[in-house]
Amino acid sequence: MEATDLRRTFRRSSGLLRRTHQEVEAVRGVSFHLDKGELFGLLGPNGAGKTTTIKMLITLLLPTAGSATVAGFDVVRDPREVRRRIGYVFGGDRGLYERLNARDNLRYFGELYGVAPAVQRRRIPELLEMVGLTGREKEKVEGYSRGMRQRLHIARGLLHDPEVVFLDEPSIGIDPVGARELRETVARLVAVGKTVLLTTHYMFEADELCDRIAVIRSGEIVAEGTPAQLKQAVSGGRVLEVETYGAPESVVEGIRGLAGVRSVAVDDRGQQQVLLVQCEPGAQLTQPVLALLGDVRVGRVALREPTLEDAYIELVTSP
Amino acid sequence: MRGVLRQLWVCYRIQLKVISSDWFDGVLAVFFPLMFATAALLVYRVNGDPAAMQYVGLGAAIMGMWTCQGVIASSLLSRERWAGTLELVVATPVSMTRVLVPTTLALSTVGLYCVVATYLWERWVFGLELQVLSWPLFVVAVLLTALTLATFGFFLSVTAVRYRVSWSLGAALEYPGWLLCGFVVPLAILPAWTHPLSWAIPTTWGMAAVRDAASGASPWSNLALCAAVGIGYAAVAAWLGKVLVESARRHASLSLR
Repeated sequence: MEATDLRRTFRRSSGLLRRTHQEVEAVRGVSFHLDKGELFGLLGPNGAGKTTTIKMLITLLLPTAGSATVAGFDVVRDPREVRRRIGYVFGGDRGLYERLNARDNLRYFGELYGVAPAVQRRRIPELLEMVGLTGREKEKVEGYSRGMRQRLHIARGLLHDPEVVFLDEPSIGIDPVGARELRETVARLVAVGKTVLLTTHYMFEADELCDRIAVIRSGEIVAEGTPAQLKQAVSGGRVLEVETYGAPESVVEGIRGLAGVRSVAVDDRGQQQVLLVQCEPGAQLTQPVLALLGDVRVGRVALREPTLEDAYIELVTSP
Repeated sequence: MRGVLRQLWVCYRIQLKVISSDWFDGVLAVFFPLMFATAALLVYRVNGDPAAMQYVGLGAAIMGMWTCQGVIASSLLSRERWAGTLELVVATPVSMTRVLVPTTLALSTVGLYCVVATYLWERWVFGLELQVLSWPLFVVAVLLTALTLATFGFFLSVTAVRYRVSWSLGAALEYPGWLLCGFVVPLAILPAWTHPLSWAIPTTWGMAAVRDAASGASPWSNLALCAAVGIGYAAVAAWLGKVLVESARRHASLSLR
């Protein structure tokens, strides 16, 4: 799969008598490639352009400019060939026929994907087993939990044995046990040779699963590499983590201005704020930061190695 | 070809299950046509004219089918939008024709049920025994009317691929359709400018064929026109399906609710 300088602009109109038009560039020249059998992660904050990029690749949106091929076919010129070879799974409650049971949902999409009846008879029970819905397949989907729906989504996306699977935030809203099962399922997909493009907000998920990751911000890819490369490249230094209670914004700004500080992120946890200070290699920042905090109540202070989440936060928050 | 027919058949059965498995919708599907038929029969009964009762009795039976298809078909894809399944069906390799036709056929099946329910209601509650001189031709006319209503429903529903509010088109057509198709009043008493509108609806010809079959006249010419107009709608809808999906991909309207 290859995307070359993909761009997508949306046009918004407002006003009844005097129509005003506004153009929003959701994706601004995104390029990447995936090798066969690779699990590639696309990370970015809400509105960064992840879903728009995926929708262009799965032929639901036409790019404004640029080109992309999936499984060897152009997404604009050969949408039908692309659709035959891809599976698309998105997170959330929607996307299923609520009044049907799981088996009928799968049969319906099996027919639309042209899966032969004999193959359906074998594959539907296999997939239900794989996603842990065996025994619940005759229940209407409207009675399913979010985790069960998400697992059924995955079964639907794999029904026609696609070469490439797009997973758009598949673990959103799932409990930790369900999310772990989902990660195991995704890992199994790669083990059987599927090419997977995954978007997620959960860094540990991307760190655990992805061979390579691209971080997208404001419609542009700002970093790409293996999880280890991203951690290394972005934060050659370490991360100073300081628990504070009531740190004012002016102090946070002051810390940002210290020599040796790459970026500062504030994680609000009720009354407590955790300052995540990304340090330049070799910078000794613990004392200067504590000095700036002055009378602000401080809890735990720790200096640690950067995680993928630190790298991500730095990438998406740095100016 | 066999694969396509199988896909249409399986999807038809599954969509019929979707439509008929909701208790609330089921109750509405039973009572609405019966209430419309009741209102029409009560109005016409005042004159005590058996020919007029026969006229409205036949029209009321097909009227339920029109309401079922016209209103629900145009909201079909809006329902898919709300359920989040529209993008998923568009992302499959089949055309919108193969997605929508099984669904509108399922709606027509419910419409056929409305015809039978209305017929029995008229007989049991109003003591109106409809005179049908040729039952085989009557059944053929009703079935073809149902089939062409499915193609008309396909035409109405496919516009929702691109335009979110097109479901209101079906709702707006419901009551004018009662007049334009000649369910409760003869077309001849309508203004001449409305006649082309009537002729453009396959159900007008289907209704005329049903009346012909009931009265013993030959329904074949009306059936032929009904089929021709229905095929025309199917062809236009199939073309629109391609064009509007492309337009929706360009304007990013598939994911909008």
